[in-house]
Amino acid sequence: MTLKTRIIPCLDVMNGRVVKGVNFVDLVDAGDPVEAAIAYDKAGADELCFLDITATHEDRDTIFDIVERTAEHCFMPLTVGGGVRTIEDIRKLLLCGADKVAINSAAVKDPNFINRAADKFGNQCIVVSVDARKTENSEKNKWEIYTHGGRKASGIDALEFAKNMQKRGAGELLVTSMDRDGTKIGFDLELTRTISDAVKIPVIASGGVGNLEHLVEGVKQGHASAVLAASIFHFGTFSIAQAKQYIEKSGIAMRQD
Amino acid sequence: MTRNIVIIDYGSGNLRSAQKALQKATKNLDLPLEIIVSNQPEVINKAERIILPGVGAFADCYEGLFSIANIGEILEQRVKCDGVPFLGICVGMQLMADAGLEKGNHKGLGWIKGEVKPIKPNDKNLKIPHMGWNTLNSNQTHELLKNIPSGKDGLHAYFVHSYHMEVENESDLIASSDYGGQITAMVGKDNIVGTQFHPEKSQKLGIILLENFLRWKP
Repeated sequence: MTLKTRIIPCLDVMNGRVVKGVNFVDLVDAGDPVEAAIAYDKAGADELCFLDITATHEDRDTIFDIVERTAEHCFMPLTVGGGVRTIEDIRKLLLCGADKVAINSAAVKDPNFINRAADKFGNQCIVVSVDARKTENSEKNKWEIYTHGGRKASGIDALEFAKNMQKRGAGELLVTSMDRDGTKIGFDLELTRTISDAVKIPVIASGGVGNLEHLVEGVKQGHASAVLAASIFHFGTFSIAQAKQYIEKSGIAMRQD
Repeated sequence: MTRNIVIIDYGSGNLRSAQKALQKATKNLDLPLEIIVSNQPEVINKAERIILPGVGAFADCYEGLFSIANIGEILEQRVKCDGVPFLGICVGMQLMADAGLEKGNHKGLGWIKGEVKPIKPNDKNLKIPHMGWNTLNSNQTHELLKNIPSGKDGLHAYFVHSYHMEVENESDLIASSDYGGQITAMVGKDNIVGTQFHPEKSQKLGIILLENFLRWKP
């Protein structure tokens, strides 16, 4: 009896709408993030993640409204990422009802931001997004940190970055393989395991899930504390309940409340 | 006349979720209660029940709380003298201890004998913070745990913390969880109770617990 492995559906939100929509039979509006969140809450998701990929600053306010409305209906942990750059951004999101914020570009640009954020709000609500791509032609397995949704290389080694972020006060790491993202061929297990084994804080595996066995691999081989997926749930390929049953059968304890 | 339940606002984290969850519990019970988030002494003074949330470091929360004018006297009067039911959540629960050892040694409210110390699981592979869903073991029977199945097949509570309260008197430990050893999940005595986990984020278990709190007559 200990902590259960978490399943975290992730909703990409742009200008207040879920990108590509969520394909649940009973949703009236497949593009409404709040409706999707409520559906996942009912379905037994262990946490929810909103990733705001809105390009322009002016449209960013929509995410605050979405978080606020979600928190009115969903009594479960909520992580919000994308465009979190200032202490004020974090404060606003937490006040709207987010429990954790995921920080990516701002942590790469100014690692001290993580110290300040963790001191202010506590390590437990600071998640650092480790968006990494495998370095070509390197002998040993190495990964490089990318920012701006995987478009910009930073030259920073992912493992060093992860350890640095832990030291500065991150409470959790969201490790996404930019090579695998959207491929449906499974997590980059070596990346996930390399980072998870090197840090004391929990790691969420992300990027590449195409079937339920991939989720099991993320935990058993990637040593992740939680697994994040988007499309396999959004398109109704598998339900959260199916995923939990499948993972539980492999011997991993899941919450079935 | 509507009766007020007050969530003490001292600038700490996620008050909206606590308010919404308590409103949901109020609605389920069909009680004429208003859930107010406030830092006004006159509002806290009239509260029928008081909730102290808390997110962040122990010392920051203590300082934040005591930045409210006369809060020490108000709480002493309302909670300790008048016996108003009091619920501390997460760091709000930890503040009830004598001291907190997070980033130094800091004084607490001293309502529950004990200290807040780092979690040290006996399995080195276990991650810190203790973050996620865990079941509860009941150490004492308590009104707030009514209708909440505990043990291995029980309902789950959502935790996120690196420190926990080590109580001096076993009788103050209401519930615990297992994480490479015993973790304090819930403490209480008389009219005060505190949860290390977040009822406002614990879906089914959380709403039942909050309903129990709203009906609790210590």
